[in-house]
Amino acid sequence: MSKEHEKGMSVIVKTITRLTVGLILLYGIYILTHGHVSPGGGFAGGVIIALSFVHLMLAYGKEVALEKLPKGVTSFFESLGALLFLGIALLGFTGGYFFLNFISKGQPFHLFSAGIIPLCNIAISLKVGAGLFAIFVALVLLKFDSEGKE
Amino acid sequence: MIIYVLCLILFCVGLYCVLRKRNIIKIIVGIIIAEYAVNLFFILVAYRQEGRSPIYSSTEQIVNMVDALPQAVVLTAIVIGLATTALLVALAMRIYEKYGTFDITKIRELKG
Amino acid sequence: MVELYILLIFMIIGAIIAVEVKDLLSSVVAVGAVGLGLSMAFLILKAPDVAITQLVVELLALIILIRATLKRDLPFSTSGRWYFNTFVTIGFVVFLVLVSVQCFQDLPRFGYPLMRVASTYLREGLMKTGATNLVASVILDYRAFDTLGEATILFTAVIGVLAIVRRKGRKEEGEDVEEEDE
Repeated sequence: MSKEHEKGMSVIVKTITRLTVGLILLYGIYILTHGHVSPGGGFAGGVIIALSFVHLMLAYGKEVALEKLPKGVTSFFESLGALLFLGIALLGFTGGYFFLNFISKGQPFHLFSAGIIPLCNIAISLKVGAGLFAIFVALVLLKFDSEGKE
Repeated sequence: MIIYVLCLILFCVGLYCVLRKRNIIKIIVGIIIAEYAVNLFFILVAYRQEGRSPIYSSTEQIVNMVDALPQAVVLTAIVIGLATTALLVALAMRIYEKYGTFDITKIRELKG
Repeated sequence: MVELYILLIFMIIGAIIAVEVKDLLSSVVAVGAVGLGLSMAFLILKAPDVAITQLVVELLALIILIRATLKRDLPFSTSGRWYFNTFVTIGFVVFLVLVSVQCFQDLPRFGYPLMRVASTYLREGLMKTGATNLVASVILDYRAFDTLGEATILFTAVIGVLAIVRRKGRKEEGEDVEEEDE
């Protein structure tokens, strides 16, 4: 099982993956940034971004994918997302209380409206996406001793 | 009223699976089904007759929307459910590695 | 609302198949079908945010579960006292259903929620927060503390999985702590 994972899948799968991975990533970023205008938001956008990297890893095998996204980068992004969310929350203290919406509200239906909500969406998506990708790497691509005996 | 009872039956199918099955993966499947039933129950409570989704539209005026509060609660609950499922699967894979089986009646060596 | 009832019956049948089938891979696929039916039910109940999230999260859960069950099937055998255990469990479940049906009489009728807190959010949400997606304004403005709690839970889960899966423990002083296989 691990050996098949290292070599990746067949040529057809690799070609289609090269075409669709960029589109999936773009779709995830679209759902993320329009979270305050249309359905979606930080959680769905972050999971879709994680799914695009999972797609890449499943099609090309473990070695190729891990050299593009080493483990240190994943944990860096997850911590960055968490600290960014906390930072935005603590900055609300400048206005009065925790989590105050202190940026101006703007016009509805525009992309830069609704105060801190788009920034919070970006922070949440970084955290959720990087965290779920780290879980996937740890669980799915691990070599087990017992599999060698089968 | 009937629809709440159907949702409860879905929860009871998951509960029966957790109580009766001997394979750890079946127990995880039961927990997942129970979680789906609970999330569905929240959204059922929030539905409003002839309601619309709680998102404004630029072209028309919306007067009655469904309840937005349980939807926000369920949104976080779904992602939390995924996190607990991943943790359970990690535990199950470790147990398989140490004992060679998924059967819970054969894993009886609790060393204090 | 007839399609909602049909969808719920489909989900119950899928759940029963997932519970009773002996092959592990088939039961995981049946759970996937239940999750897809749930996403459609969320769409019928006018909750598009929740439907998108449920769809993609269930996909990831399926990938993780399939990895755990591939090539690890187990033969099934019934040990003694099977009839007694099954009847006691079914008796308990029937008792739970009967008691809960009594409790459901107190819920408001399906389709007419109380909405004591949410009516304020729906009325003033656009004016006070400026977001047209009211569910996003509830998660990230009115109830942002709960989202902070959820981020903490995800962080703890990731730490927990990485700790369970780690192969080499801490070595004594003087040696480096190695990561597991890369």
